[in-house]
Amino acid sequence: MDELKKTIIAGAIGFSVGALIIMLYGYDPISAYTALFNGAFGDLYAFSESLANATPLILTALTFAIGFRGGMFNIGAEGQLYLGALAAVTVSLFHLPSATGFALGLIFAVLAGAVWSLPVAILKATRGVHEVISTIMLNWISQFLAFYLIAKILVDPLRAEKTVSVAESARFSLLVPGTSLSYAIFVSLVAAIIVYLLLWRTVIGFDIRAMGYNPLAATYAGMEKWKIILFVFITGGLTAGLAGAVHVMGRPPTYAIYSGMPSVRGLGFEGLAVAMIGRNHPIGIIFAAIFFGGLLAGGRMMQLSAQVPLEMVRVVEGIVVLFLAIPELIRLLSFLRKIGTPVVLRSKRS
Amino acid sequence: MNLAYLWGIFLGSLHAMVPIILTGAGEVIGESSGLFNIGLEGIILMSAMTGALGADAAGPIVGLLVGVGTGFAIGLIFGSVCTYFKGVQLIAGVGINLFSLGLVTFWLIHLGVPGHHAVAEEARMVDISTPLGDFSPMIFVAIGLPVVIYVLLYRTKLGLKIRAVGENPQAADVAGINIHLLRLLSTAAGASLAGLAGAYISIDWLGSVTKEISAGRGFIALATVVFSGLNPLLVLLGGFIFGFFDNLAVWVATMPAVQKVIPWQFVSMVPYVVTLLVVTGVIGRVRFPAAMGIPYERE
Repeated sequence: MDELKKTIIAGAIGFSVGALIIMLYGYDPISAYTALFNGAFGDLYAFSESLANATPLILTALTFAIGFRGGMFNIGAEGQLYLGALAAVTVSLFHLPSATGFALGLIFAVLAGAVWSLPVAILKATRGVHEVISTIMLNWISQFLAFYLIAKILVDPLRAEKTVSVAESARFSLLVPGTSLSYAIFVSLVAAIIVYLLLWRTVIGFDIRAMGYNPLAATYAGMEKWKIILFVFITGGLTAGLAGAVHVMGRPPTYAIYSGMPSVRGLGFEGLAVAMIGRNHPIGIIFAAIFFGGLLAGGRMMQLSAQVPLEMVRVVEGIVVLFLAIPELIRLLSFLRKIGTPVVLRSKRS
Repeated sequence: MNLAYLWGIFLGSLHAMVPIILTGAGEVIGESSGLFNIGLEGIILMSAMTGALGADAAGPIVGLLVGVGTGFAIGLIFGSVCTYFKGVQLIAGVGINLFSLGLVTFWLIHLGVPGHHAVAEEARMVDISTPLGDFSPMIFVAIGLPVVIYVLLYRTKLGLKIRAVGENPQAADVAGINIHLLRLLSTAAGASLAGLAGAYISIDWLGSVTKEISAGRGFIALATVVFSGLNPLLVLLGGFIFGFFDNLAVWVATMPAVQKVIPWQFVSMVPYVVTLLVVTGVIGRVRFPAAMGIPYERE
């Protein structure tokens, strides 16, 4: 319960500072936030868009959460996601029969994500290279690799600015017609449940959490660190690769990647924030991803009707994460209340 | 391929190394005191923005100072979260990166120039012209600063105190050092240099602000610090290596002959590949302060 309280406090601070910045730049925070909420959860269309946004975010958040539970800071979802998306598009080059194409798209995407996470795991297990550095470097490398593949190998012969589209038969069907929400959302939900079971109902899951909680004790208990590292990063790579697949195979209208990857870029880093807001618990992550997907959907509305640039959403997100870093946020608040009250009273009297 | 050509590449590398060295040398101070700041990337980005606006308003020197001030301010926020409030350093750093990326993109759109803000020609730093080519004055700052920081950390009493709070905060506390304050100021000092690096990129080196302007340089600087084992003089060497490859990528991208053999996308990967390889190669031979990354709590 404290975890939830903490998230709410951090959220409140984030939105307050966000409102302040909106005002500072001369926009109206009330109309901005009203539009934000309506665009996120106002009607069925808005809610469907929020869920569609949440679909890949749940998966990239799981990547981070698995690592975090094991005491590792895996920020490689971004690059692994690119690889997954590229793999899914690559499979569709071969014009396979529908069911095969669909299955292979998913399988190759998941494998590509896992393969891309291998160097991180190996470098960490054998050389002790910190994953923050190796994942960031691999993220940049995969970005340029993606730029190359999009421009040269996967390019749509009719439209040079995008890759070929995933074959119609290999796409997820739409769950709510006329929106971006497809059945892919169920893939993400199932993945979250599997990760939950994995972490809390299996031996390896127990080992991972033990390693994260107290690495010294876990080592004394005979757990092999390198196995846990390998497992954490490969599993993380699988979900990140899957995120790439559900995005290109389950998100209308183009089912392709554009040059510069505008729709794919950032999904990995946003997943990180989602994981933090969901307190690194798969169930928490589902709600956090829907909340955050809602912010992105609502952000578009905010941009349209209150002219506040969509990026405001990321500013709020950054502040929320910054405050979530504080372990005793709840105590901090009561502390502020204690020193704050007399000052307020005094100023009212005078 | 003549000598002048090679000299041109060398000059380009010198300009490209500056932000890495400034950021890395600053981070050495912070990490010596025990704080690991992965928010440097965001600080560079934010200061590139504020520095450019400062320069537009009142000239390049003011712009650089605004950049330093921005870095210092964000460093204070990061530092207080991670000292007095015992925050998790990696998460706080990620928060700063997200916040900066959001705000700078927001700001650019607000200015009405989505994606790209060019710094006015008269607001840019003036290079020092010599017969050997044009040098930015910041190159000399970047070469001198690591020496100053080396002396500060390893030859002064203050430096000893900074290293003490990173190595054994309990003992330093008993010796009467204010752990939280010293860590806060060390990381803020380091962050100001990242701010200087950001302002240098926008005002001096590239002359414009985009949301991708930091291009992973904050993280490359972190890798350089790992390579250096917290010796600022080795940051200088590491910074030059990365500057060289960074510049090489840009240089190759403009050469049609080379492009036919190797697409530019692969050349652009080189600085990141080299960073990864170098870190892998040196790791294990360097050691870091015992209390790095751990919030200090009195028992």
